[in-house]
Amino acid sequence: MGPAVREWEPPVTDEVIRTEGLTKVYPGDIRAVDGLDLSVGRGEIFGLLGPNGAGKTTTAGMLTTRVVPTSGTACVGGIDVVAHPVAAKQVIGVVPQTNTLDRSLSVYENLYFHGRFFGMSARTAKAQAQRRLEQFRLSDRAAQPVMALSGGMAQRLMVARAIMHRPATVFLDEPTAGLDPQSRLALWEVLGELHREGQTILLTTHYMEEADALCDRLAIIDHGRLLALGTPEELKASTGADTIVTVQTRPDDLDRLTQVLGREVPGAQQALRVDPHVVVQVRGADRIVPQVFAAAERAGIDITDVSVAEPSLETVFINLTGKDLRE
Amino acid sequence: MTTVPVEPGAELVPRRSPAAAARVAFGALLLRDLVVLRKTLKEFIPRTLLQPFLLVFVFTYVFPKIGQGVGGASGESEFSTILVAGVVALAIMFQGIQTVALPMVNEFGFTREIEDRVLAPLPIAMVAIQKAVWGSLASLLSALLVFPIAAVVPATPVHLDVSWPVLLTLTPLCCYMCGALGLFFGTRFDPRTVPLLFGIIVIPITFLGAIYYPWQALEPIRWLQILVLANPLVYMCEGFRAALTDSPHMSLWVVYPVLVAFSVLFTWQGIKGFTRRVVS
Ligand SMILES: Nc1ncnc2c1ncn2[C@@H]1O[C@H](COP(=O)(O)OP(=O)(O)O)[C@@H](O)[C@H]1O
Ligand SMILES: [Mg+2]
Repeated sequence: MGPAVREWEPPVTDEVIRTEGLTKVYPGDIRAVDGLDLSVGRGEIFGLLGPNGAGKTTTAGMLTTRVVPTSGTACVGGIDVVAHPVAAKQVIGVVPQTNTLDRSLSVYENLYFHGRFFGMSARTAKAQAQRRLEQFRLSDRAAQPVMALSGGMAQRLMVARAIMHRPATVFLDEPTAGLDPQSRLALWEVLGELHREGQTILLTTHYMEEADALCDRLAIIDHGRLLALGTPEELKASTGADTIVTVQTRPDDLDRLTQVLGREVPGAQQALRVDPHVVVQVRGADRIVPQVFAAAERAGIDITDVSVAEPSLETVFINLTGKDLRE
Repeated sequence: MTTVPVEPGAELVPRRSPAAAARVAFGALLLRDLVVLRKTLKEFIPRTLLQPFLLVFVFTYVFPKIGQGVGGASGESEFSTILVAGVVALAIMFQGIQTVALPMVNEFGFTREIEDRVLAPLPIAMVAIQKAVWGSLASLLSALLVFPIAAVVPATPVHLDVSWPVLLTLTPLCCYMCGALGLFFGTRFDPRTVPLLFGIIVIPITFLGAIYYPWQALEPIRWLQILVLANPLVYMCEGFRAALTDSPHMSLWVVYPVLVAFSVLFTWQGIKGFTRRVVS
């Protein structure tokens, strides 16, 4: 790169992303995002977890200048993205939900020109493109058209492109949606590596396992509103339960079983009907499965399946919304 | 000796002022388009040359040879001369639309590639204008390729009388206007409706664009003469007639202002349409 001349006064902050009362109302009075307050620190992997339609893409869109907020503010690196979009675009990298690779260019050229767009000299862009291809194990594909890449490779290339210009933060919108399990794990590894390099990352997902495995902190959102915020451990601990029992029975009996289990299972904090199951959150009880069977039998209800697990983000979501994240 | 370029670190602050970043990005976007053009030159050249070649060949070579000259026996040479301007203007307009509008329709449509271009560090209006500028460069290239054909192929002599000041100002203006027209069309059509662009818009523009006759010659069909004034190609053809030949042509006092006005209109509407499609 040439000598960096700063004609522009840089703001000083260690908070990479900040939103205050961020709101988007689409035409037709669709409140996609509703008064969102977020703060992401340097080096964090921050997750936005929520079901389809929760407002994740819209939030990422507002932070990356693609969606104009109806009200509230969004800052990246202290730069107001609405007031100074060009300054903001220099410090963000984006991996959108769909494949937006340049189909007229080769794999290598996609990275090279991205570097050039962001002001790298020809030499730096070339060196950086090659380095990233190696890092993302795409070197042997360098000369191929991007159409020839598998889904997992295309996604890795999009991540490589997004970080080419060393942005202060990278936004990844559902980065593993539609990937096979193996490619998903490979991408998790890539993100972990970037995290260790100190890259700030904001990712959206509707996979709780992904949020749990990757994120330092996460925000659970639904209908555009922030429902809970914390580390995965904090969020799971907030349920107060240490065991989650998921019970299946005939649909007709679900309501009754919910009542019975909530009342009679020792240590049950609450039982919720989450079709087609009853979910019982238990604290400090052992030999829980026989207790569940016994309670059901006393009430004359047949149980067809029981499983036991530790609290997950799913549990948190169910407690917050009364519904299943997977729906 | 090779030195490894210093790797820039992740920074919270922009490396450049917005103006400087935008300037660099604009240039890099043009470079990207140039590289893509170089890769597709094998398609670009025949696509650019075939239509003008056939036009000139049939009207000014085949017809005179088989004794069906357009413009009467004495007018054949005159017709070749009139057609030179029209062919160059047509090549520019086709190139502007093909270079800008067609790829853009795809990029907005199913590929969504445009989303990434929009994240480059320049204002969205400049991303749009860059496309118009690129279209004008491609149009210029096609004008240079096509001109020799229009001047050499005809069986009857073409009387050129080049006015350099006019040619050197009019050509960039026409090229830019067509790039902006391509931008405008590119933002108003989608992959489903794009066949209409040619069927309903481009065909009438070219048939009623004063390519084959000077605009004044429409005098006997007064309503048509007035109607075609809405067609930007008319002013381009008339302008090139003034620049390249001594055929009668529309006053340059009309041609220049109208071309400038069309350029402004298409740029404005093009930016508006572009922004509406990439920002919600
Ligand atoms: N461009 C748009 N116009 C109108 N409504 C939209 C638009 N984009 C998203 N929405 C609506 O806003 C809500 C949030 O969508 P989105 O942000 O895409 O959610 P997510 O990414 O979490 O699935 C949904 O109800 C969706 O239908
Ligand atoms: Mg989404």
